[in-house]
Amino acid sequence: MKTIAYREIEGTSAGYYVLLGVLVVLIAIGGLSALYMEHEGHHVTGMTNQIVWGMPHVFAVFLIIAASGALNVASVGSVFGKTPYKPLAPLSGLLAVCLLMGGLIVLVLDLGRPDRLIVAMTSYNFKSIFAWNIFLYTGFLGITVVYLWFMMERRMNEYSSKAGLVAFVWRLILTTGTGSIFGFLVARSMYDSAVLAPMFIIMSLAFGMAIYLLVLFSAYHGTGRALGDATVRRLKNLLGVFIAAILLIVLIFHLTKLYGTQYHGVERFILLDGGIYTFLFWGVQIGLGCIVPLVLLYAPATASSRGAISLASVLVVLGGLAAMYVIIIGGQAYPIEMFPGWEVQSSFADGVVHEYAPSMYEIALGVGGTALALAMVTVGIKVLRFLPLSLADADVE
Amino acid sequence: MTRSRTPGRSANSPFGGKGALFAAIVVAMVAIPVAADVPAPKIPKGKGDKCVEPTPFMRRNHMELILHKRDETVHQGIRSTKYSLKECLNCHAVNDEQGQPVAFTDPRHFCTVCHSYASVSIDCFECHNSKPEPKAAATP
Amino acid sequence: MSKELTPTDSYRRRFLGGIGALAAAAFGSGVIVNVARARSPDEAVTGNQRWGMLIDTGKCADGCDECVKACNDENGVTGHGRPETDAQWIRTVTLREKATGRTTKLPMMCQHCEYPPCVDVCPTGASFRRDDGIVLVDKHLCIGCRYCMMACPYKARSFIHEVIMDQKHNAPRGKGTVESCTLCVHRIDKGETTTACQDACTKAGHNAILFGDLKDPNSEISKRLANEPSTQVRGDLGLNLGVRYQGI
Repeated sequence: MKTIAYREIEGTSAGYYVLLGVLVVLIAIGGLSALYMEHEGHHVTGMTNQIVWGMPHVFAVFLIIAASGALNVASVGSVFGKTPYKPLAPLSGLLAVCLLMGGLIVLVLDLGRPDRLIVAMTSYNFKSIFAWNIFLYTGFLGITVVYLWFMMERRMNEYSSKAGLVAFVWRLILTTGTGSIFGFLVARSMYDSAVLAPMFIIMSLAFGMAIYLLVLFSAYHGTGRALGDATVRRLKNLLGVFIAAILLIVLIFHLTKLYGTQYHGVERFILLDGGIYTFLFWGVQIGLGCIVPLVLLYAPATASSRGAISLASVLVVLGGLAAMYVIIIGGQAYPIEMFPGWEVQSSFADGVVHEYAPSMYEIALGVGGTALALAMVTVGIKVLRFLPLSLADADVE
Repeated sequence: MTRSRTPGRSANSPFGGKGALFAAIVVAMVAIPVAADVPAPKIPKGKGDKCVEPTPFMRRNHMELILHKRDETVHQGIRSTKYSLKECLNCHAVNDEQGQPVAFTDPRHFCTVCHSYASVSIDCFECHNSKPEPKAAATP
Repeated sequence: MSKELTPTDSYRRRFLGGIGALAAAAFGSGVIVNVARARSPDEAVTGNQRWGMLIDTGKCADGCDECVKACNDENGVTGHGRPETDAQWIRTVTLREKATGRTTKLPMMCQHCEYPPCVDVCPTGASFRRDDGIVLVDKHLCIGCRYCMMACPYKARSFIHEVIMDQKHNAPRGKGTVESCTLCVHRIDKGETTTACQDACTKAGHNAILFGDLKDPNSEISKRLANEPSTQVRGDLGLNLGVRYQGI
């Protein structure tokens, strides 16, 4: 294998500045929205006392699990020793750090008292999965930064595969923790399932890979650097496997729920007559987010087209957001079964499906966090040497 | 300082124009608080002869006392009145022209007078009422 | 030593005997000794008490919401005319049994679990259970993440969605934090023996709500629980609730 030369991108083209400008505008809108929600209180959002977590959480959880998935390309190289993946690793680490920070900032800015973030750092309840996650997230950032340093600093190269192994194990625990935020909630019929943890891990692999592919394509197309077909084929095949795995785990999740009679109500709600949630589940999460991308990635007519692979990646991201919406919002919209066997009615929306209409502020905050993650990547590859000068097949293998 | 006004990098000044800007900011930060002669606040007098602790002690440590009392009250149900926020408000209420106690949003409020001078925000009144409890409903 | 008893000796004997009797009483029914004497304001609460409620749904009258009004008044739970986001510490729930069509009604509020899911999930420890069994939110620690609301099986908690002024002095509440029924903790700390909702229910002549100490075998609530059937809502979760219901 030849020595891979990494270089900063030039980053002086009009296209680069337009991209950065658009991202900065989106970040600003997101920031202003957060400020407005914080000042007015959450009544200006679509969130209520029934739907307590809304659009910010859809984006934040998506970004957080995509972050751990984005690190996967690096793990394939270092942990599983696949040489062709090694040149792809630095971007993988950078993307992971940026996506996590984007997701966390959305989560923090949605707090009722974001000004008290310091309390979350000084006062802990160690039985809380949230409290574990504070350590899992900060640990992930630290470990990934060290891993990046070991990869990019020649004198530390020999330790990079060990750091990669630590990062790989840590990211599995992190996504387990994120899935468990929901999995351990015994109160709500949609959650209360250990399957949510592995489901989040598998989803993270696909979401992270899709975003990685999109960023890689944009960067190499934008800079005119060579990107070999073999590399693209490897990555798109990985994405395909991950999508198939999502289908399997989602099937297992619903089968385990369907087996016990007590969950038939919520399963009927998601799978059959939940309106928007049923549409998002079948139409977007499964149809557009899994089936169509699989066809695009493997049908002979489109399998080698970069346009088709990009489209498949975009659809996986859309499907991912839909999956989060169904799990997070749908899981709350379905009424808590407090009195099994009874029909209930109250002033506090007991026994009815809860309405939720996301406000533009919430969406702007989520989009702003995503834009922040992408802006950090955009600036990162300009100031440091994350990207190989060439990923042409002859240079990689 | 005049030298570094030359635009661009000067051979004599390693930082050139940026150095001058930096120096100007530092000077401004030091000079403004000294120059702006804000009068010390006139602190309203409380009821009774003296506070629960000597005034100089209270000025420095009232937040510690309230914080300690706060945790005891919330977690252990200890409702003694010494060092309680309610008692602070009872003695230190400031009345408006109509003889009604003012809220913390009024610049005359006992807490607000000092806190706005010192530029320290008060978190207490995000949840607590900043006026004394009306006598009829007052509890021992 | 075996001679006649001096006055001092007999005093000692009576004194020691008294201590013995006191100790026997304390060991035999430790709770009574504690209840007999009201806690002074500077004394911490202990696990010798566990406050709870017994609600007889058969007595909860149709169309009555006196308990809700009394609670709102007692704790200054005011709305902004936005039912989706306004706080509700206590609400009345109407039930209809699917199989039989039997209807009943009950007030629903924080159940003051012994093993509260809200306390388990709270990242900062703002949700906590006081030694005497009352589950509270320490609003000084609450960062407004709302994970407790996700975890509560009873939808007992509300998030404060907008700025609040002129709070009741006994019930501080503010934007961006979570809150729920405090079992009128300020009354308990004063040594009072009823909650606002119970008072209102009694005043309305229904007597559906009874508040008391579950650990005091002589309290009315303990006696009734020992002799009459009662249930815990979602008892299958094993949370050991402080609020018990009859007639469902």
